[in-house]
Amino acid sequence: MKIPLSWLKDFIDLNGLTPEDIARKLTLAGLEVDEILYVGLPMPVYKEGEKHEFKTNGIAWDKEKIVVAEIREVKAHPNADKLTLLDLFDGQQEQVVLTGAPNIFHLKGAGKLEKPIKVAYAKEGSTLYDGHADEQVLMTLKRAKIRGVDSYSMVCSEKELGITDESDGIIILDDDAPVGMPLADYIGDAVLDISILPNMARNANVIGIARELAALTGRQVRKQVDTYTGKQAGNGTRNTQHTTPNLQPVTDLVEIEITNPELNPRFVAGLIRNVEIKPSPYQIQRRLKLAGIRAINNIVDATNYAMLELGEPLHAFDYDVLAGRVGQVGNLPHKKIKISTRAAKDGEKLTTLDGVERKLTSTNVLVCDEKGSLSLAGVMGGSESEVSDSTKNILLEGAAWNFINIRRTAKQHNLPSEASFRFSRGVHPSLAELGVKRGLQYMAEWAGGTIAPDLVDAYPLKPKDSVVDVTSQDVKRLLGIDLTLEQIAELLTRLEFKCQITNNQLQVTAPPHRMDIAEGVIGLADVLEEVARSYGYDNIPTTTMADALPPQVGNPVHEWEEHLRDLLVAVGLQEIVTYRMTSPEREARLRASESYVRIANPIAPERSVLRRSLLTSVLEIAEKNARAESIALFEVGSVFEPNGSDLPFEPRKLAIVMTGSRTASAWDTHSAKDSPHFDFFDMKGRLELLLSGLRLPDISYTAAGASTALTSSRSSFGSANHLHPGKSAEVKVSGQAVGVFGELHPLAKEKFEFGDSPVIIAEFDLDLMRKLNPTYGIKAVPETPPIYEDIAIIVDDSVEANTVEALIRQTGGKTVTDVRLFDVYRGDQIGAGKKSLAYSLTYQSDKTMTDADAAAIRNKIVKRLEQTIGAKLRS
Amino acid sequence: MLDKLKEIEKSALESLAAITDQAALDSWRVAHVGRSSPLMQVFAGFGKLSKEEKPVVGAEANRVKGALESALEEKAAAVKNAALAKSLEEEKLDVTLPGRSVHIGRLHPSTQQLRRVLAILAEMGFQVYTSREVETDDMNFQMLNFPPDHPARDMQDTFFIEADGRSDNPILMRTHTSPGQIRAMREHAATNPQNPPPIRIALPGMCFRYEQITARSEIQFNQVEGLAVGKNITFADLKGTIADFVRRMFGEGARLRFRASYFPFTEPSAEVDVECFVCGGKGCQVCKNSGWLEILGCGMVHPVVLQNGGYDPKVYSGFAWGMGPERQLMLRNKINDIRYFWGNDVRFLEQF
Ligand SMILES: [Zn+2]
Repeated sequence: MKIPLSWLKDFIDLNGLTPEDIARKLTLAGLEVDEILYVGLPMPVYKEGEKHEFKTNGIAWDKEKIVVAEIREVKAHPNADKLTLLDLFDGQQEQVVLTGAPNIFHLKGAGKLEKPIKVAYAKEGSTLYDGHADEQVLMTLKRAKIRGVDSYSMVCSEKELGITDESDGIIILDDDAPVGMPLADYIGDAVLDISILPNMARNANVIGIARELAALTGRQVRKQVDTYTGKQAGNGTRNTQHTTPNLQPVTDLVEIEITNPELNPRFVAGLIRNVEIKPSPYQIQRRLKLAGIRAINNIVDATNYAMLELGEPLHAFDYDVLAGRVGQVGNLPHKKIKISTRAAKDGEKLTTLDGVERKLTSTNVLVCDEKGSLSLAGVMGGSESEVSDSTKNILLEGAAWNFINIRRTAKQHNLPSEASFRFSRGVHPSLAELGVKRGLQYMAEWAGGTIAPDLVDAYPLKPKDSVVDVTSQDVKRLLGIDLTLEQIAELLTRLEFKCQITNNQLQVTAPPHRMDIAEGVIGLADVLEEVARSYGYDNIPTTTMADALPPQVGNPVHEWEEHLRDLLVAVGLQEIVTYRMTSPEREARLRASESYVRIANPIAPERSVLRRSLLTSVLEIAEKNARAESIALFEVGSVFEPNGSDLPFEPRKLAIVMTGSRTASAWDTHSAKDSPHFDFFDMKGRLELLLSGLRLPDISYTAAGASTALTSSRSSFGSANHLHPGKSAEVKVSGQAVGVFGELHPLAKEKFEFGDSPVIIAEFDLDLMRKLNPTYGIKAVPETPPIYEDIAIIVDDSVEANTVEALIRQTGGKTVTDVRLFDVYRGDQIGAGKKSLAYSLTYQSDKTMTDADAAAIRNKIVKRLEQTIGAKLRS
Repeated sequence: MLDKLKEIEKSALESLAAITDQAALDSWRVAHVGRSSPLMQVFAGFGKLSKEEKPVVGAEANRVKGALESALEEKAAAVKNAALAKSLEEEKLDVTLPGRSVHIGRLHPSTQQLRRVLAILAEMGFQVYTSREVETDDMNFQMLNFPPDHPARDMQDTFFIEADGRSDNPILMRTHTSPGQIRAMREHAATNPQNPPPIRIALPGMCFRYEQITARSEIQFNQVEGLAVGKNITFADLKGTIADFVRRMFGEGARLRFRASYFPFTEPSAEVDVECFVCGGKGCQVCKNSGWLEILGCGMVHPVVLQNGGYDPKVYSGFAWGMGPERQLMLRNKINDIRYFWGNDVRFLEQF
């Protein structure tokens, strides 16, 4: 919300406080100032190295050069039809000024003006915004000749002075503007742009901010000069100034019926007759504009001005339209106008004043008369009864509405407005009466007219002012500061709480404009927050918790996953984190799932469901990075499996994708293109390191084939159709399948945009893996020298390597400490259907072994291989 | 004979002096100290010498032999050094050529930052508590004192999940990690409902907001919250704990300030600003000229939340604070586009 300081000064003395001081106090107290906009007042000058505190913007008006002046005569320009020459007095001397302003043009050639026009006059050398530039560009007024006439100064538009971006016409000041006064002293201002959080909704108005500042500075909110002199509802004092006793009181003309007080706790209406609709005084327009509200006419401006000042949104009806609808004529009604409020019926229609016919639901609340609906309560008026240029008599509504209905209605019809902003956050019903009185008063001041006596006031649901008991111990226990009851009372009284000390406690009553203070233990927290704010957060000490430290038990699941991440990084994989939201179509590139957890309000069709396949997410990122020479990515995260209408399952998964160069290219080795590509065994090697790092025992790899359906308690990797049938494997730990890996099936790969190199993928179920028991302990490092020996055997091509290795290990016993396959050969030398497997064996025992010892074991192994799988030793 | 030896020595040393390479040195060795060299011939003809000549010639021949050998040794060292110097000269690298790289793995920057934050919290006694990403409206909002239609819900635009028959308590993507506060409190309270134990936990995890994806806004982001609940926890303790955390996180000299703020699940609430570490508080683009960076939100746990967690607000109190690891990284590393994080371009990831 934008608050001009000049307006704030109507309600509080701000002497001695700079705009920055004010902004700082408000910001620390929870009313964050986002920006200070200077509109005329001197701007702060920061020295080199000095701290800025706020984002600042705007322009200062030079007091010597920019002053109030009066136009005394408007003359034609000798050489230009569209320009006029102004005879103007700036308080010191007469000046001739050139202007093309359309709002002065009609006076051209009218001779000496009967009533001079007050304007903002900028002398030679003034710094202003360029009125012709699209944006705010500073310029300095220089002497020039325009069509043969000397021009050295100007009368200013709002754009040139930084008030609005309106450049079409000059500012016409109010008649009482003092000629010769520096403009900065007359209307110079600074505007605070304040964020209003939901708990501060009560302060979305000038008086609210003044109230907070009063509490923060120990000053007083200025006694509001209440020039409203209409008879106050029920208290019998009559007007003297704007109302006429002979007029019928509004209570004789209008009655209110509230059908549901929960929806509409209060409805107040007042009447003003014989207004003259015209522009508001310039001072008022300027304040409204600085606050971000368009100036329309004196009646609409009065409702907006009163709303910004007090926080009560008002609605003005054309009284004669209402009277006409029920056949009331003149001052002698046949019958009263009967205004009622009720929930709309589903399907009911109303044309709002923006001209849109709106289909309503029972959430919407309507203000009606006997003929039908008049306005969408608290959100927008109806078009029929709105104020027009010919309106004479105004019925002014101030009401309180249920914030939930207003909130829903504004959302439903997409009608955010100043009124709905306030009503949807709760406006205290006490403001309805104050608002109507203030609105009528401003109308009378700016539009003439007479206020009819009395107000109609239906107030069926008066909120109770909350009462909370506070003790010094409460303050100590929750805020950690020692305050006496008197000190607490002082802090709260500043914020207009009523405080009464009895025995050892303080009874606190919330002020009548506040709806955010509860009672009981919640009310206590509400009040203590106000104590803390009033005391100043900065003044509260910083202490170390005295409360006992709970037992430190750690989080094994989290720690296990972090360890897993470390291992994955150690084997050269880059971690990624991807979006949880995807679409079935995106996942179908790899494998489709039948059911998904669906987003009811997706931001885009490609983010319509929660992912079921972590691997697809990682593949998509690998694809995006496909131009990199080497891609080795992993993600650890949840997938989401539907669970009827209950919360979905969120099993944890690991997915890995590798593709591209196995090694990094360098200038003297190979190009990335010639480097060997990642293949099945690059992945397998990493997985072996990973599983041994997790200390998982008894790991086996079996060909996945096309039939693999790895299932877990709830989840499934699905059929492994996306894997190359000959280059994929299932990983088991202690007989429990925990993951699959292998080369992406060529048909699956076709659906992605990858290069030539194979894409190697792996997917693990972390919930299963985490539950497996690791084994700890290490093998002793032998001190005796080992004997190394190579043997090559020829076997049928169908014999699997792990069969051969198992036989070697079984036969060799514990003396054979390592069996490493170092070559596989197929070819003419050994004949078709055969392969040669070359192993490097390591023999080692507690005692130093001889070559003869090794030979004996080797012979045993070869014999076993010959007998069992028909192997032949290759010579 | 002695003259001959002198002659042998002289000519050998002369020819040795001219030698500069190993090959010439090898032939010199053969020619002058080899088996058929003149010097060795002298030794071979030793038997023919008279009794008187033998000791004199023998001594002189041995002296010459020693002299030639030590000269050879010296020359050999010189030749080797010269050769080495030459090869060192020739083996000069262009040290500006690029180094030979290896592919290494890295953690995602968000994980790295989460770890930094969690490590500090662990030192302070706050242990990790993780909870689910898809939540009920109840857990994400109502239990945390956001009643339906509360204006504060506007602060957290929400993704809802399609689910039949749950209009009272829809399923949604959690908008913050705070539902974990309720889950954790309930778990702790269940262990001793009459006298629930104190809590100090850190709640990390991914959160979701209904936003358009732009340079400034994302549909998902990580959050870490700290939560302390006990019988003697005050707002002053909150300030002390946060000051401690900020010191550990941003350095000893980091100035900070507490501003009153609003969160439905804490009261009193505060926003904490740390002095801009980019400009030192002078004002810059990063801090929007304010000199301060908003880094975390905090407050005393709202009595409604304590109650919903099974802790009696008349007896217990607590505080919570929350922050965004991605935001911290963006400030620290001057990242101006939040989409980098889940875009996962390896050229971005490699820089962490
Ligand atoms: Zn800065």
